[in-house]
Amino acid sequence: MSFLFSHHRSMSIYEASLHLQNFKPASCVQYRLVVRDANTLQICQLYTCLDQIQHIEWSADSLFILCALYKRGLVQVWSLEQPEWHCKIDEGSAGLVASCWSPDGRHILNTTEFHLRITVWSLCTKSVSYIKYPKACQQGITFTRDGRYLALAERRDCKDYVSILVCSDWQLLRHFDTDTQDLAGIEWAPNGCVLAAWDSCLEYKILLYSLDGRLLSTFCAYEWSLGIKSVAWSPSSQFLAVGSYDGKVRILNHVTWKMITEFGHPATINNPKIVVYKEAEKSPPLVLGRLAFPPPRAAAGPLSSTESEWRQRSHWDGHQALQCRLARRSSGNTASQGRAQGQALCAAAKFPPSPVFHEVASVPVSLQTLKPAADRANPRIGIGALAFSPDNCFLATRSDSVPTAVWIWDIQKLRLLAVLEQLSAVRCFQWDPRQARLAICTGGGKVYLWSPAGCVSVQVPGEGDFQVLSVCWHPSGDSLALLSKDHFCLCFLETEQGVGTAFGQRGDHT
Amino acid sequence: MGDWMTVTDPGLSSESKYISQYTSETKMSPSSLYSQQVLCSSIPLSKNVHSFFSAFCTEENIEQSISYLDQELTTFGFPSLYEESKGKETKRELNIVAVLNCMNELLVLQRKNLLAQENVETQNLKLGSDMDHLQNCYAKLKEQLETSRREMIGLQERDRQLQCKNRNLHQLLKNEKDEVQKLQNIIASRATQYNHDMKRKEREYNKLKERLHQLVMNKKDKKIAMEVLNYVGRADGKRGSWRTGKTEARNEDEMYKILLNDYEYRQKQILMENAELKKVLQQMKKEMISLLSPQKQKPRERADDSTGTVISDIEEDAGELSRESTWDLSCETVREQLTNSIRKQWRILKSHVEKLDNQVSKVHLEGFNDEDVISRQDHEQETEKLELEIQQCKEMIKTQQQLLQQLATAGDDDTTSLLRDCYLLEEKERLKEEWSLFKEQKKNFEKERRSFTEAAIRLGLERKAFEEERASWLKQQFLNMTTFDHQNSENVKLFSAFSGSSDWDNPTVHSRPRQKKPHGAPSGSPVCTSKLTKSLPASPSTSDFCQTRSCVSEYSSISVLNTAPEESKPNQVGRECTNQKWSVASRPDSQEGCCSGCSSTHADAHIEKDDLP
Repeated sequence: MSFLFSHHRSMSIYEASLHLQNFKPASCVQYRLVVRDANTLQICQLYTCLDQIQHIEWSADSLFILCALYKRGLVQVWSLEQPEWHCKIDEGSAGLVASCWSPDGRHILNTTEFHLRITVWSLCTKSVSYIKYPKACQQGITFTRDGRYLALAERRDCKDYVSILVCSDWQLLRHFDTDTQDLAGIEWAPNGCVLAAWDSCLEYKILLYSLDGRLLSTFCAYEWSLGIKSVAWSPSSQFLAVGSYDGKVRILNHVTWKMITEFGHPATINNPKIVVYKEAEKSPPLVLGRLAFPPPRAAAGPLSSTESEWRQRSHWDGHQALQCRLARRSSGNTASQGRAQGQALCAAAKFPPSPVFHEVASVPVSLQTLKPAADRANPRIGIGALAFSPDNCFLATRSDSVPTAVWIWDIQKLRLLAVLEQLSAVRCFQWDPRQARLAICTGGGKVYLWSPAGCVSVQVPGEGDFQVLSVCWHPSGDSLALLSKDHFCLCFLETEQGVGTAFGQRGDHT
Repeated sequence: MGDWMTVTDPGLSSESKYISQYTSETKMSPSSLYSQQVLCSSIPLSKNVHSFFSAFCTEENIEQSISYLDQELTTFGFPSLYEESKGKETKRELNIVAVLNCMNELLVLQRKNLLAQENVETQNLKLGSDMDHLQNCYAKLKEQLETSRREMIGLQERDRQLQCKNRNLHQLLKNEKDEVQKLQNIIASRATQYNHDMKRKEREYNKLKERLHQLVMNKKDKKIAMEVLNYVGRADGKRGSWRTGKTEARNEDEMYKILLNDYEYRQKQILMENAELKKVLQQMKKEMISLLSPQKQKPRERADDSTGTVISDIEEDAGELSRESTWDLSCETVREQLTNSIRKQWRILKSHVEKLDNQVSKVHLEGFNDEDVISRQDHEQETEKLELEIQQCKEMIKTQQQLLQQLATAGDDDTTSLLRDCYLLEEKERLKEEWSLFKEQKKNFEKERRSFTEAAIRLGLERKAFEEERASWLKQQFLNMTTFDHQNSENVKLFSAFSGSSDWDNPTVHSRPRQKKPHGAPSGSPVCTSKLTKSLPASPSTSDFCQTRSCVSEYSSISVLNTAPEESKPNQVGRECTNQKWSVASRPDSQEGCCSGCSSTHADAHIEKDDLP
């Protein structure tokens, strides 16, 4: 595992958007948009916008980047191939609250203030399309995975509607009302044939519509109390996981659309079959200033033993043994300096900065729970996040009342497989798009990885605190972008064989 | 008091009777006595009782007192104090013996009385204490009764209270339920109200939005625009198409195509799953049938069983099974058949399993009992055995300890030797066993060896016969060739003569087929080979004079191969120098050597034959 850093002191990164083909992390620094190479973090392009960038998004083909300047009601589009090409969309007095690409990468959908309408701007022709009555809700726009269709939640005459549009020419294909009090979100199944629509949290209701607008099924688990909080489709479209405020995940099947099973999230785990990983607290506070530049010779000796220990103690299988490397970007360095520094840092980082491991706790384990404040809106209860692994085998969930834990369920056996309890609340987790490997961050200086083989945590090397607020996988699953408030870094997960070449490259570039 | 005594103490009944009699008498007596006393001793009233009693008999009233006593005693059943009167006129004499007897008896009686009195007193005491105890008990019980009564009242009170509480709780529950209902109603009403308000608000909001929309959008806002350097091509490279009815239809088509594809895909998956399930089902069925068919006979015997019919069904099913095509039919047509047959089989299987279970449980139960009995016996036997063993072991240990102690006194070297000895004892036994085993093996080996030698001899004979044949054949050839030494022919003759003599030994071998011979040669036992070596010098002469001499060297090489080197070498040397001589000279020496020599030459010839081409 190696880390690549982007340090912009006194600047802020709002978002790093990683994309499919080039995977060039783009970051924006107030007015400027910086596009870097995903392997080296070398700057590829630099664009200057008119105002502070509030949102950036790559087009599907990675040829364009959209920068939304909500305050000014502006969208600026940049081309990666032709740096001189630019496009500016002004929404004028209508204002702008959201902007996104259409799947073809040639249209931009802008939502005006108060959700008056959605404007579809084309980069190919001068045509502009308007979609009226979009609903302001949690997830009102969803494209099918093949990019053919757009489903849009609408609200007119106090009733919820869903419009299905064909993305190629923005023609309305279907328009139907949904039997909901207050539609909260819609989501296509990955196969693009079933649309799940769920009601607001006041009512537990999930509706499943076919592409042609037929209602396939309705599911309601209970009444009266708060309902659905999160919804996730399995990548095979076989299962629909519904997390709700009662702290349970219900899994529906795609044949009968009935519930297969119900996963509760109890605060105590009694089953000895369930592996509970607890983040160990005993890690000594890391003094990175001391570790960052160790004398190379001294470093080589004792580090080998610790490295072996690291490998031994980590649960990853042999060919995946993690190598921890670090390369830091510093613009002022000459190439030779950079190389020397890079090597030194590599040596330093091979030592896992603080080998904090998850210890396997023995059952029964009681997890730390939060008492929800009953008198506040949006109580911290229920299943806040759900994600299926790319191979459909696992489901990761987070219960907001047990914010420090991530629950991993085995979908093949329909049972709880493992629980990861961290020291602080889990901010974000994401599955590796290629394999069953979960990256978790808790807003601390570590990134945690889980795979069926075990669990590992890695301290992000660097000066000062690097608070990982969110993680984002490279589409190839080889690297991982870690985002803090004003920094981001890339974490490379390499096999041992790959280290040499990658390292060589690193040396060349730094 | 006398009555009470008779009742309570049956042990003293005879005595008491007597006593009661006595006492009853005494009851009366005091008065009479008293009256008499009064009468008799009216004067000395002032005197104490003792003096009064002592004054019972005085000088004057001896006669009277005697008579009185006599009377008294006779009334009590004592013999009279007087001698039997001989005549009426004669005065009766006092019989002293009788008096003494009476006195003694009275004294005895007195003692008895005293004893009885003591007994009675102790009994009285005992009874008194018993009485006290019982009274205490009674009092206690009374108290207990009182307390329990009180407790009961308390409990009743509590029960009543609890019932009251329960009633109250029920009431409360009812109230709560009502409350819940009410609250639910309230929630519902509020929800409707909220929804209504929301709708109203939303309408207002919509109106506002509409207005805003009009205001913002219809103003021909110059700002709403897009500035593009130049338009880019579509991602798919196509040009945008016009919106027409056609495109709409095409969109519909595409949508349905996608849906259809999806459904087809799902159908395929389901079909595959179905096929797999069918396969499993089929296999299960087959296995079931194969499992159940062996029992066919049994239920058949019990003809009244309904299973017979079912089994015939199974057979039918089995027949059906063979027609695989039925499985490919759609489920609807086969379903009923299938489910029925499966169900039937399942029922049979289930009943069978249950039967087995029952049997097993029965057997288990019986077996358990049997086992229990047996195990106890076994257990005892076993324990006895074990105890015996333990004792033996203990003895062994003792002896060993003794030995060790003895050894400790003796020198170190001795101890080691002795220790070795004690190991040797064990080892000796083992060795004996091994020795016997070894002996057996040896015997077996010897047997085998004998059989081998026999076989070798037989082989030798066979070879000889063959050689004879060969010789005759060669002779014929020689004769045919005609150009030959006289000596050689003589040799041959000689040889043939010898061979003829050897032929006598076993003519049966001679007739044996040739093919069998070769395999005898390589498997020849050492005995055989040693003979060969001895006879080797003879071989060249027999084999062929006609053939080239180079062959001789080959023979030698072959002989080397066949024989042990130590034996063959001297022979070889000798033979190489004087090959022909030996051959002539040695032949008449020993018949045996010649015979075996023949066989060897045959073998050699055979090998040579193999080698030559």
